[in-house]
Amino acid sequence: MEIIAPTTEQLIQEFELKIASDTKIEARDWMPDAYRENLIRQISQHAHSEVIGMQPEGNWITRAPSLRSKKILLAKIQDEGGHGLYLYSAAETLGMSREEFIALLHAGKAKYASVFNYPALNWADMGAIGWLVDGAAITNQVSLQRTSYGPYARAMVRICKEESFHQRQGYEIMWRMMEGTEDQRTMAQDALNRWWWPALMMFGPHDSDSTHSSLALKWKIKRESNDQLREKFIQKTIPQAELIGLNIPDPALKLQPDGTYLHGEINWEEFWAVVGGNGPCNQQRLDHHIKAHADGKWVRETAYAASLKH
Amino acid sequence: MENSDNQGQLWEVFLQSKPGQAFKHVGSLHAFDKNLAIENARDVYTRRGEGTGLWVVPSEEIIAVSINEAEYFFEPADTKIYRHPTFYTLPEGVKQM
Repeated sequence: MEIIAPTTEQLIQEFELKIASDTKIEARDWMPDAYRENLIRQISQHAHSEVIGMQPEGNWITRAPSLRSKKILLAKIQDEGGHGLYLYSAAETLGMSREEFIALLHAGKAKYASVFNYPALNWADMGAIGWLVDGAAITNQVSLQRTSYGPYARAMVRICKEESFHQRQGYEIMWRMMEGTEDQRTMAQDALNRWWWPALMMFGPHDSDSTHSSLALKWKIKRESNDQLREKFIQKTIPQAELIGLNIPDPALKLQPDGTYLHGEINWEEFWAVVGGNGPCNQQRLDHHIKAHADGKWVRETAYAASLKH
Repeated sequence: MENSDNQGQLWEVFLQSKPGQAFKHVGSLHAFDKNLAIENARDVYTRRGEGTGLWVVPSEEIIAVSINEAEYFFEPADTKIYRHPTFYTLPEGVKQM
């Protein structure tokens, strides 16, 4: 049977119809180049973030204060490695290879969440990271479960299922410290002071300053805007802080009659400096990833050699 | 091996969540051989006891209907509505069938 190839206009129309009716776009479906590029950038950036995000916490495995907390931290970091793998697989369906993604990261041409360029200074930071950084990530990822690209949406569903424990373990660390000695309470507050603003920055620039946002929203790659998601996170996190006696480090914070909070503005100069590569740990994070990848070379080579034998 | 960055071929992972249920595609992974593939699949997709059964299949071995042919390929079923039970009328009084 002769199949008549559809015109580009027809393909675009069909694509837009699918987006409008919330039909997922799948790997082999036709899609505009800009949609593909947008997805490749966002999903690979997301994958890199999961894997780079293993570093600030990995630093504390050997110094966890109990066997219980060590086991939990190990499981959490292992999840993050797994989430990176789900996301790389989703990104690969768009026609780029795993090797290419890693090479771009190592060349400094791919971004990851800037929040991981801040150092984790003490054990209270494990609490703040789980509670705030994972909390912010979950807020974003819950929304992305409805993203228009099928493989990305399915990876998000699995990730969200696994991540809810991450935030709880972080909050539990903070709560326990707040129930502890004066020194522990001071540590917990200090960690919140350092991580609050970087966590809010995770949602990205204001909608008005976000270069990729309008297209991403139009094609339902993103379902809610940066500012909408940030607002959601702020409103649900403040009561959690208050409940355990922590103060949000924002002098402009004010409870309004309707129960929501007014809050201050992010230091955008700091945000753009860290995004631009000038955060406290940018070079360290990248160097470590390059080293870990190079150190794993013999494993890849051995596994390959072994595969030839059977 | 030419390229030391190579992480092995792509495999598709299928998981059975409970005995008796169908295996369902859950994602993919890279591995160099079938033994590593099934172990990687366990570590990546079943860290919380999600499965009672696991399959891995080399992605290149999967045969799929191409997207351009799908409409014609599945078309023969469209006209055979008598394959559905709702096609049939029953005399009044039949309580259960």
